[in-house]
Amino acid sequence: MTAVRFWNRRRREAGLGYLMLVPSLLIFSVFVFYPFLRNFYLGFFRTPPFPGLPQRYVGFDQYREILTSPYFSNSMRVTIVFALLTVPTGIILGLFLAMLANQQLRGIGWYRTIFSSTVATSVAVASVIFGTLLNPQVGLLPWLGISTTPSILENPKYALLAVAVTTIWQNLGLSFIVMSSGLQAIPDEIIEASEVDGAGPIQRFLRVTLPLLSPTVFFAVVVGSIVAFQSFGQIDLLTQGGPLQRTNVLTYAIYTALRGEQNEGKAAVLSVALFFVTLLLTIAQMRILERRVHYGD
Amino acid sequence: MATESVAHGITVTEADRRSARRRAVRRRIGNVARYALLTVLAIIVLFPIYITIVNSLLAPSQISARPPVLFPTDPTWGAYSDAWNQGSMSRYLVNSIIVTTLIVVGQIVTATLAAYAFAFLEFPFKRTLFLVFLATLMVPFEVTIITNLTTVVNLGWYNTYAGLAVPFLATGFGAFLLRQAFLGVPGDLRDAAALDGYGHLRFMVRVAVPLARPAMAALAVFSFLGAWNQYLWPLIVTKDARYRTLQIGLRQLRATSIDQVNVTFAGVVIAALPLLILLVIFQKQLVRGLTAGAVKG
Repeated sequence: MTAVRFWNRRRREAGLGYLMLVPSLLIFSVFVFYPFLRNFYLGFFRTPPFPGLPQRYVGFDQYREILTSPYFSNSMRVTIVFALLTVPTGIILGLFLAMLANQQLRGIGWYRTIFSSTVATSVAVASVIFGTLLNPQVGLLPWLGISTTPSILENPKYALLAVAVTTIWQNLGLSFIVMSSGLQAIPDEIIEASEVDGAGPIQRFLRVTLPLLSPTVFFAVVVGSIVAFQSFGQIDLLTQGGPLQRTNVLTYAIYTALRGEQNEGKAAVLSVALFFVTLLLTIAQMRILERRVHYGD
Repeated sequence: MATESVAHGITVTEADRRSARRRAVRRRIGNVARYALLTVLAIIVLFPIYITIVNSLLAPSQISARPPVLFPTDPTWGAYSDAWNQGSMSRYLVNSIIVTTLIVVGQIVTATLAAYAFAFLEFPFKRTLFLVFLATLMVPFEVTIITNLTTVVNLGWYNTYAGLAVPFLATGFGAFLLRQAFLGVPGDLRDAAALDGYGHLRFMVRVAVPLARPAMAALAVFSFLGAWNQYLWPLIVTKDARYRTLQIGLRQLRATSIDQVNVTFAGVVIAALPLLILLVIFQKQLVRGLTAGAVKG
């Protein structure tokens, strides 16, 4: 008797468990797993040049063609350079501001608020601000003594750098907040003990603060790289992938293939590439960096 | 500091006193240098925001003035009413609020249900299903847009609130975060509640959710920022002002007011203000939400 009741209860519990997972699983299946897997399939079909014609199965041809094209390798290179320009600089600046603001000074709260303030800006807000300020018609740049022909955002030499600066500024607030909370998690006694031991400020930073902060930095590098590889809004608002494709990051290439060229097959191949690149990058960082992370006890 | 060394001692010599005074002077100089550095950096960080506000208050003729106007001597508010009315910023703001609310509430509900099941219920394939939830974190949303766009169009959701919100109504990250919080609920509480005749649903609503409030708040902040700042998806699933969100609206506003930079800047201020206000009010929760997962523990 009791055994039956026990099994009934277990079955009811299992039923309730599945029921509670259903909403999430439904969304994930329709909007995450299905579209993700369908990319691989779509990549096997060449989209016809005119809508209405049938899709043509080409096997791996389209993958080979696109992934070996100069268009793709340029896009890949731009994406990597963009990540290298934004992620380390963003983290270092955030950490620098966080250390400066982590002092017992009167009014330091004001500075903390100011340094966090760009967290209230979105990519769109930051890009429209910088895009307009970098516009030579607005007159700010000539006044600062910066004038290039063609203008910065149309200049193959500087466009990506300008997009990177915009991104760094927009992320600075977040970077500052993350680094500050990492610093505040370090017990004061440890820092004081190293002071008593006669460590200078630089030694203290390298030997004590940085190792204790390494989990935070590790997190910032991994998440920051993923975010950098998915950057889209700033490219769309500032350069549209130009000039001469110098800012054509992978996500923008996907968008152009999908909306501009109406080429689903190409967009699918590029999406598959973006997925694997992100995955490999994350795994590599976990492997290489995690070993150097000091998690304390 | 000098008085301290006097207070300490019977054996204070003139040399001690002199070196103490020297140290105090050095500290004061150090403080001045610190404030100077902090202030310079604060000005650099704030400058783009400041110049945006200034330009939004200028008459169109003043914007291309050289040298640029850095202080609005007679501010005009015309650009704000232009951006708000003709520029549809009021409509975009309402759309952003609706879509963000749907997403935040939806994510909290689905994540709470799923997290509860993972934390408190036993059922076959629990581990596998949890891994399925985590796997969604490995798929960047950008990689799913091709098919999601088709799905949304087929469902008749193109250019609707449903199209903007439904794909984001579940979150693997949120389920993970809340599960961790639920696992921290003492088992004794569950037993006591069971003795009181609490079923799972009542226990979840009355005990587990209130105890997990910090994690809930962190998730709310995290989803809010994610939903509010979305760019790529609203760009491709909306086509007119009725459903455009603030971020995409800003893009539209800039395109339609190319020769009225002050209107664009007024739009930027309108778009950034809601987050700025929330940042000031909820600074603590915001920091916790942004750093959930960043710092050990």
